[in-house]
Amino acid sequence: MAESLIYCELGGSGRRYWALLALLGVPLALGAFAYFYIEHYGHIATGMDNQIVWGMPHVFAVFLVIAATGALNIAMAASVFRKAVYRPVAPLSALVSLALLVGGLAVLMLDLGRSDRMIVAITKLNPASLFARRVIFYDGFMLSVGVYLWFLLERRMNRYIKPAAIVAFFWQLLLVTSTGLEFGFNFRAVYDSVLYAPMFIAFSSAYGAAALILVLLAVCRWEERPVSDELLRRLKNWLGISVGASLFFAVLFLGTKYELARSRDVARFLLFDGGVYTALLWLGQIALGGIAPLALLLRSPLRRSALGWACAMVILGGLAQMYVTLIGGQAYPQILFPGLVESSSFFDGEIHPYTPSLVEVLLGMGAVALAAAIIAVALRALAMLPTRLDQSAGPQA
Amino acid sequence: MSADRNEGFSRRGFLAISAATLGGVMLAPGIRLIEIARARAPDQPVSGKVRWGLLIDTNKCAPGCDDCVKACATENGLKDTGHPRTDAQWIRKVELKDMRTGRNNSVPVMCQHCEHPPCVDVCPTGASFKRADGIVLVDRHICIGCRYCIMACPYKARTIVFENITDQNPDVPRGSGCAESCTLCVHRVDRDQQPACVEACTRAGHNAMIFGDLNDPHSEIAQRVAKYASTQIRADLKLNPGVRYQGL
Amino acid sequence: MKRNGIGALSSRVARAACVLALLLPVLAFASDRVPKPVIDIDKPGKCVEDTATMRREHPDLLRHQRDLTMHEGVRTRKYSLKQCVACHASTRTGSVLGEKGFCQSCHTYASVSIDCFRCHSSRPKPSSGAKP
Repeated sequence: MAESLIYCELGGSGRRYWALLALLGVPLALGAFAYFYIEHYGHIATGMDNQIVWGMPHVFAVFLVIAATGALNIAMAASVFRKAVYRPVAPLSALVSLALLVGGLAVLMLDLGRSDRMIVAITKLNPASLFARRVIFYDGFMLSVGVYLWFLLERRMNRYIKPAAIVAFFWQLLLVTSTGLEFGFNFRAVYDSVLYAPMFIAFSSAYGAAALILVLLAVCRWEERPVSDELLRRLKNWLGISVGASLFFAVLFLGTKYELARSRDVARFLLFDGGVYTALLWLGQIALGGIAPLALLLRSPLRRSALGWACAMVILGGLAQMYVTLIGGQAYPQILFPGLVESSSFFDGEIHPYTPSLVEVLLGMGAVALAAAIIAVALRALAMLPTRLDQSAGPQA
Repeated sequence: MSADRNEGFSRRGFLAISAATLGGVMLAPGIRLIEIARARAPDQPVSGKVRWGLLIDTNKCAPGCDDCVKACATENGLKDTGHPRTDAQWIRKVELKDMRTGRNNSVPVMCQHCEHPPCVDVCPTGASFKRADGIVLVDRHICIGCRYCIMACPYKARTIVFENITDQNPDVPRGSGCAESCTLCVHRVDRDQQPACVEACTRAGHNAMIFGDLNDPHSEIAQRVAKYASTQIRADLKLNPGVRYQGL
Repeated sequence: MKRNGIGALSSRVARAACVLALLLPVLAFASDRVPKPVIDIDKPGKCVEDTATMRREHPDLLRHQRDLTMHEGVRTRKYSLKQCVACHASTRTGSVLGEKGFCQSCHTYASVSIDCFRCHSSRPKPSSGAKP
């Protein structure tokens, strides 16, 4: 290796670092409080009901899982597809991916009706269930990314990076595809489209890249770590392509729903008459999460602050998208008798209202804080990032 | 004495009698077997030869009547907590209106006890399961409350318990955090009674609901579905529910 | 030198703490602070197995029966939770729970949570339905 990269831990004074952890401890503590509150009173303490059974915690959970799979893309580009420019951030990419997944899974588990039975969720698996198979996908993903990360950090294992990366790549593909299909295989009118699988791959790429770039920029603000313009330019382009692909799939999905007579009503609901869901779709997902960051990213000499803003927009737009998909998908009535007008004491044929309660939001924020705390601790404890990100890496990727 | 008399019997007569006796012996266990299949001993496991089903004649179902809903709530201990959006409804009356023709219909809808239940397919722990006799149930002992079955059910038949419950019916255990739905009154069926909703409908004189074994060609329900047109809700999904409707 | 002194002191403190910790269960036996469980059996007669077996194995018996009943519709009375409740509910409170309840008093003593009665009724069915 001509010039090898020197990786080192997060520096800075101890007090400054502990202050950061204490800051992250606030949402973590609030999230823990929210969990025990819901656990004690039951889900009646949330805004969910028997029409909207997956609420705000799921919005955060699915967002984090999707972003986790996407955050690994940069590492995969470096190690599977030999894009040497990404090599310096490959360990960070794997770390962010693992941390986001842990955050997402944590909130998924803590939102169970019987979270005291988590052990049952792990030990009793129904092999026919896509949801249960996902438990295996999660485990395999974490394990393979963990092994890959270890090989990246351990010099003696460096030569096995590529096979480990290929294994991780397949688990990543399995996990993100099955997440999309979880919606795609659902009979509800908003879902019921296999387009969810590729669409979620595009979403995951955008959200994951945005999270990764934000962490990278945060580390650069924390201490002096020069980043080459070339790396930032490539990351920016990658984010731009992902956001563009997300927009493409969203338009394709909504357009085909509208075009087909059997799903036109539900498309009209999402696009025009859905109230908060329509607003979040247009202003959140499309404008804030799509068009605005794309416009920022397309300006060729991009300032770092603008890149950061674009990432934040993509993430907020992503949360809006998850809200529209998850809550909007449940709010639209389930049709039992196509062609007939339904009404009942169980709210058949009605748009179901949902107002997230504070504890649900706190639980979700706690999961985000958990992911951030894992990243902060791991960066301080392990040498994950090079001191200089402006040198080209050696030939070995 | 007997020797003399015996000689009086013709050979043909003797054969006829023995054949009849033999036939009776052969037939009796057959009849008995069918009886056992219907009235199962408590220590016998349920049989896959049975497929419990419901036939609901919507023409006989009175629009304002909710006797079946009330009977279900009483039988299964479903209490009104004052939170209608989170309260469980194992059976509900859905009022239907066809805007093109103006025809109105009133239909009781509950768990449709599918042959291929999506709730069972998605359940991560196997808590959602189909009994050999076709009744779809939730094993609350291993339900983790993930609510995926509620998302997957195309009939809105599954609910989850949001609040702590006390004073359950000892026959119908249910508690907060677990998914649930119509059990076809499995505790009654197991002691050879009809589901509470069917009993209430018959008591009210509507006779709109028939419960029985779809696999038994002699049962009333099997004969009715063989003779008259009946449909399933969302038959296009090919889940083959055990609940069928007439007059939809 | 001084460092050694501190090291020796800390190891001595640690050893003393370990010994004290090992002695803790003795304290539990020595004092009467922990109330013994109240086992009031209002209905005389024999349980379905002898007392020692029931004490040790009632969770397994119940779990086995629960799976048979739930998944195969076997509704024999012998090991059914409903029958436990029917026999063991206090005649005073009508329940197996409560401070002196048959189930709860022992489970509190052993510090084992009972998950059964979050869903199952802790009271027998009102007299009319004596059937299993």
